[in-house]
Amino acid sequence: MPSASRVLMQGNEAILEGAIAAGMRFYAGYPITPSTEIAELAAERLPRVGGRFIQMEDEIASMAAVVGGSLAGAKAMTATSGPGFSLKQENLGYAVHGDIPCVVVNVQRMGPSTGLPTSPAQGDMQQARFGSHGDYGIIALTPSSVSEAYYLTIRAFNLSEQYRVPVILLADEVIGHMREPVALPDASELTVVERRKPSLPKGQHKPFAPDEKGVPTLPNFGDGYRFHVTGLIHAEDGFATSNPKLVDKAVRRLTNKIQDNLEEIYQAEQRNIEDADIVVFAYGGTARSAQRAVRMAREKGLKVGFYRPITIWPFHDEMVRRAVAGKKAVIVPELNLGQMAREVERVAHGTTTVIPVTKVTGEILTPAEILTAIEGVR
Amino acid sequence: MAIAGKIPTMKYLRKDKLPHIWCPGCGHGIVMQALVRALHNVGVDQDKTVIVSGIGCSSRASGYMDFDTIHTTHGRALAFATGIKMANPELKVVVLTGDGDASAIGGNHLIHAARRNIGLTCICLNNNIYGMTSGQFSPCTPANAMATTAPYGNIDPSFDLCKLVQAAGASYVARGTAMQVRMLEKYMTNALKNDGFSFVEAIDQCPTYFGRKNKLGDPYAMMKRQQEMSVPASKAAAMTPAELDGKYVVGELWSSPRPEYAVSYNAVIEKAGGR
Repeated sequence: MPSASRVLMQGNEAILEGAIAAGMRFYAGYPITPSTEIAELAAERLPRVGGRFIQMEDEIASMAAVVGGSLAGAKAMTATSGPGFSLKQENLGYAVHGDIPCVVVNVQRMGPSTGLPTSPAQGDMQQARFGSHGDYGIIALTPSSVSEAYYLTIRAFNLSEQYRVPVILLADEVIGHMREPVALPDASELTVVERRKPSLPKGQHKPFAPDEKGVPTLPNFGDGYRFHVTGLIHAEDGFATSNPKLVDKAVRRLTNKIQDNLEEIYQAEQRNIEDADIVVFAYGGTARSAQRAVRMAREKGLKVGFYRPITIWPFHDEMVRRAVAGKKAVIVPELNLGQMAREVERVAHGTTTVIPVTKVTGEILTPAEILTAIEGVR
Repeated sequence: MAIAGKIPTMKYLRKDKLPHIWCPGCGHGIVMQALVRALHNVGVDQDKTVIVSGIGCSSRASGYMDFDTIHTTHGRALAFATGIKMANPELKVVVLTGDGDASAIGGNHLIHAARRNIGLTCICLNNNIYGMTSGQFSPCTPANAMATTAPYGNIDPSFDLCKLVQAAGASYVARGTAMQVRMLEKYMTNALKNDGFSFVEAIDQCPTYFGRKNKLGDPYAMMKRQQEMSVPASKAAAMTPAELDGKYVVGELWSSPRPEYAVSYNAVIEKAGGR
């Protein structure tokens, strides 16, 4: 790679560097293991590029400040882990409802509650989708290498700006604390999406009027539009409404703007699915062990395919169904008690046998454990 | 200063969003007008000013004001406002909050915004009650008062928010009543002129829930009572705690300008070799 520099990086560091490359210039955070390095690096790196860092009084405040910072025009982010992610749900829901772009990193640790703060887990998969109250759509991405953490963070900001939605970078302790070489590209090689500005002048522009993709174009505070943002259900002009037709339209749009753009948002890695008898469906840190297990199985002559969702939410029902339907079995290893296996089961809808491989010991799933599950398929 | 003079009030309001939702006799409209006048007094740039509010009756004011406005989540207005100010320090940021919003669910954000001395002008409309949810006691409900969640009288002591924010580090602190609205206007004007964290507590009346439950008479009687309960800071200095019990100390209670937080961060950027 001629223009890339190869650097040994920690996952959390790659996330912060990716964010800065994507144009993140405001970070509000609160210390929590195992994500703290992201805040520490933000405090060090942001002022060097003219950005601003603030350590807030709590997790709730840091999410609120991120939303405020985004409305004031900055690409904004925060990072947290389980307990903090729970606390952020209130203002995360506000960001969804206000079509406010931002990136929230959750370096998952073992739960529930305080759990095992320094141990890896993937227990927040469903919370990332449904954690805040009410109906809405959201995007969550799951990196499975340090290099991918870098690039997915950039993509998280891009998707966030494009669809005006919070994007969750759903990492785990394995990825957050692992060190791997990353080929850092030259800035000119990166695609960075900037925030769209309204094309109509004040008076004619409706801040929450959706475009053909269902995405509105909000001005930034200070642009002279003097608009209103509220967490109450609001009409296209931004002001509260309880008109049933307008309420229905407003709430459905929040889910539809993600679902209707699924093909653009969704990414997955698929290997040897066509000829496979068995498919291993794995994501994040666990995908590494899964990939190894698949290779070991194939060396033994077993026809095993590999499906790795990179975009975990929205879930691509059709693509997953195509990959798993009619197979002898689909094995879903994950560091929880079957949170995504449940989704696979739902879309497979009886067309295959879904075998969850779960682990909640605070340790990673090993390739051998997954291989055992593969070999156990009859 | 244009105190008591006529000002183009409607220039600062969203005419199409009026009338407001507040009950007849509610004090919030009086306080909002004092704020509008104060903003006029300081020659506010409407395109570069953000009004941030929380949740509750008073926090509905943001929707009526013709600025960039944001009605946030319960208690979190100061935290949202902190993000706005940090991301774009050029913006003037005013926070409207109620007594429950600011001091109960938002208490942590209040003390830390004051501690940082971040450039926000926080106006707390204290009507001694949760009005939107119809009359539960707040941390600012006086002891022994009645509320729907204190049906036998309130045993919680009441919070002195001005003392709280002064101790936490606010650089301008004042308290006034809706009855003495021109004084409120003056305090808000001076609060807006302070670069750091300013706090103005506006004592006003909720006739519908606090007044009715405590048999305090009509709105005017409530306002009159609040005026009678207020003691100027200069006089209060010579009074004993027993004499001050049940009184509101009003006036400019604290003014001690110190470096504003977002400005202090400029030095961080410089040290880091940024920009």
